[in-house]
Amino acid sequence: MANWTETTVNVGGTDVALVRGGSGKPLFMLHDELGFPGWVTWNDALAEEREFLIPLQPGYGKTPRVDWIRTYRDLGGFYARMIREMNLGPIDAIAFSAGGYAAAEMAAADPAMFERLVLVAPMGIRPEEGEIADIFPLTIRTHMRATVADINTPEFGDIYGGEMTPDQFEAFEDARAEAARIGWEPYMHNPSLPHLLEGAKGLSALLVRGSADAIVPKGCIDSYKKVIDHAQVATIQGVGHRPEIENSAEFIRIVRDYLTS
Amino acid sequence: MKLAYFTERPYRWIDEDEVLKNKAFFALSNRHFDHHKAADDYNYFLDEYCYAEELGFDAVALNEHHGNPFCMGSVMNVEASILARITNKVKIVLIGNPLPVIKHPLRMAEELAEIDLISRGRLVTGWVRGAGSEQFFNNANPAYNREMFNEAHDFIVQAWTKPGPWRYEGKHFHYRHVNPWALPYQKPHPQMWIPGVLSPETVRWCAQHRYPYIGLGTALGPTCDLWDMYADEAAKLGYQAGPENFGYLIPSFVAETDEKAQELGRNFVYGGGQNAFSRPEHTLPPGYNSKGAIKMLARHPGGSWLGVNPDKLRESKDGELRPETDYDVVRKKLLSGYQKVQNNHQLIIGSPKTVIPKLKLLLQILRPGVFVFFNVQGTVSNEDRLTSMRLIANEVMPELREYAKEIDLPDSYQRTPGSVALQSGVSPAPVSDRGPLEELGLR
Repeated sequence: MANWTETTVNVGGTDVALVRGGSGKPLFMLHDELGFPGWVTWNDALAEEREFLIPLQPGYGKTPRVDWIRTYRDLGGFYARMIREMNLGPIDAIAFSAGGYAAAEMAAADPAMFERLVLVAPMGIRPEEGEIADIFPLTIRTHMRATVADINTPEFGDIYGGEMTPDQFEAFEDARAEAARIGWEPYMHNPSLPHLLEGAKGLSALLVRGSADAIVPKGCIDSYKKVIDHAQVATIQGVGHRPEIENSAEFIRIVRDYLTS
Repeated sequence: MKLAYFTERPYRWIDEDEVLKNKAFFALSNRHFDHHKAADDYNYFLDEYCYAEELGFDAVALNEHHGNPFCMGSVMNVEASILARITNKVKIVLIGNPLPVIKHPLRMAEELAEIDLISRGRLVTGWVRGAGSEQFFNNANPAYNREMFNEAHDFIVQAWTKPGPWRYEGKHFHYRHVNPWALPYQKPHPQMWIPGVLSPETVRWCAQHRYPYIGLGTALGPTCDLWDMYADEAAKLGYQAGPENFGYLIPSFVAETDEKAQELGRNFVYGGGQNAFSRPEHTLPPGYNSKGAIKMLARHPGGSWLGVNPDKLRESKDGELRPETDYDVVRKKLLSGYQKVQNNHQLIIGSPKTVIPKLKLLLQILRPGVFVFFNVQGTVSNEDRLTSMRLIANEVMPELREYAKEIDLPDSYQRTPGSVALQSGVSPAPVSDRGPLEELGLR
């Protein structure tokens, strides 16, 4: 198990909680709309060669809400400032779901910020076919269960199984509230994003999806592929919205290959 | 004391099994909607409100809900406009307009001014945040619900009182030309009565604005707690709260005999009653509740401070819906709840002789300046609804008016809320009488 610690970095007056772990070339990670689920197998594996930098999104309990962040584009701008002020760019990054939405906004604004960008089941673009599942009219447990194809996946159980503690419930509610605050309308996408992303020439990106993803449809990946020149697509069969947990081995292999290519 | 008449104007033509199958009224498909029956009912309910005026109620109260057959008032300002024209003396009370759901406070200011003008100053307007499900129905971001409520309210008060034209640049609303030509008949503006289901934030907000707070059939013990919270906040602001600051609405149904009243009264749990308004996933959308309320929900899921049924709170955490599919079993459970709410004095059913002492007891405990009768829900016939109204008006109200005088319950028109000064450091006088609660087995 790699060592990881939680520290804070001040960005424009906000103390951002930052999980750091592993060693090697930095890898910036943006968690999904339910918050950072904790350090799991795939983190451990990649931490052998990379140093994870995982900011905990403002409004998600540990990092205070930033009132002026009202869209995922604002959130992307906030993280971009963090990267600039920490002198991290150009950096490799991996971003999940709504975190992928924020990362795509960052890339659209400044593709040179990233050396390589992995977007795992990213939201942010309205798919031509299918719809991004509406997660807000779901109870937390229903939402969580919908993120995997098989709720008996051991690591999923480790993270989300058992009786929900009051602290967990509160953390989930904070996450849902902040995701709703900035992603309610238009629902988890930005109509201008594909147009701006199309102009982000030179961006190197890998799009990863699970073939049984019930949250982000294949249409989202197709739309991203359409506007990002040379984006690679990797589909992991038989898994849902959390391929990194449901098939860690395949996920690690794909991401490692891309980051070292 | 003002006595008001209220009904949710329920859509009465749904097979109960459909509601039970859907586990809620909200999200029930509108393929069950019959436009002929709805047309009849909208007209009937307007007539019913006119009858309330004729019977001597001081006020008629309207509300609105969206996408929900539980209440046919979807745009109550339309109904209020008609009532403004076809009634003559009753106050028209709106409890209330859901500001964050409507999202257009300037239009709201104009609509309400027109109603107040047409009625020649009989409008009492109130504001609500809108039910959780209505944030989905109207695509209103629940995480901004409270902010939008506060901002829209402040804007409307300005639009009614600050001569235009002026420009407004707020956080959620932006207007480059504020100059509503139609302004309220009443000066500076109509009274506002704020309904609620025991949200502490709303109670404090009411106290700060010196607005009467109307408890919507809330449990008696927690209602007294919130009354005290209001009074404490009022004391900080230098005034003594009294009956003029409080109102209470309670489901009430009266028939000639207790037996008949009990039989018809069961319609309060039709389809699951109030608790079946919406399913848990629609009741508490993300960000709708304050951080404090979420902490309370996380640690005390059985509490009633959110005004939500404890089972619903638990389901919200667990994500499990009630598993029953045998609707007769469900009905049996609902009927046991029917007795329980009567035992809690949150539902008053019976003949006039039976209900009068119960209602007097409520007045004694809560000391409200406004008392609102919420007539029966469910599939009750027009005839039985009208009989209930007539018995309340002719046999119950005179007794309550006498009793209100006896125990001194002034309303907000008799004594301006917030007008009784309280010196700094002096504890406020009690605003309720908890004495009978223990005797009732309540607290």
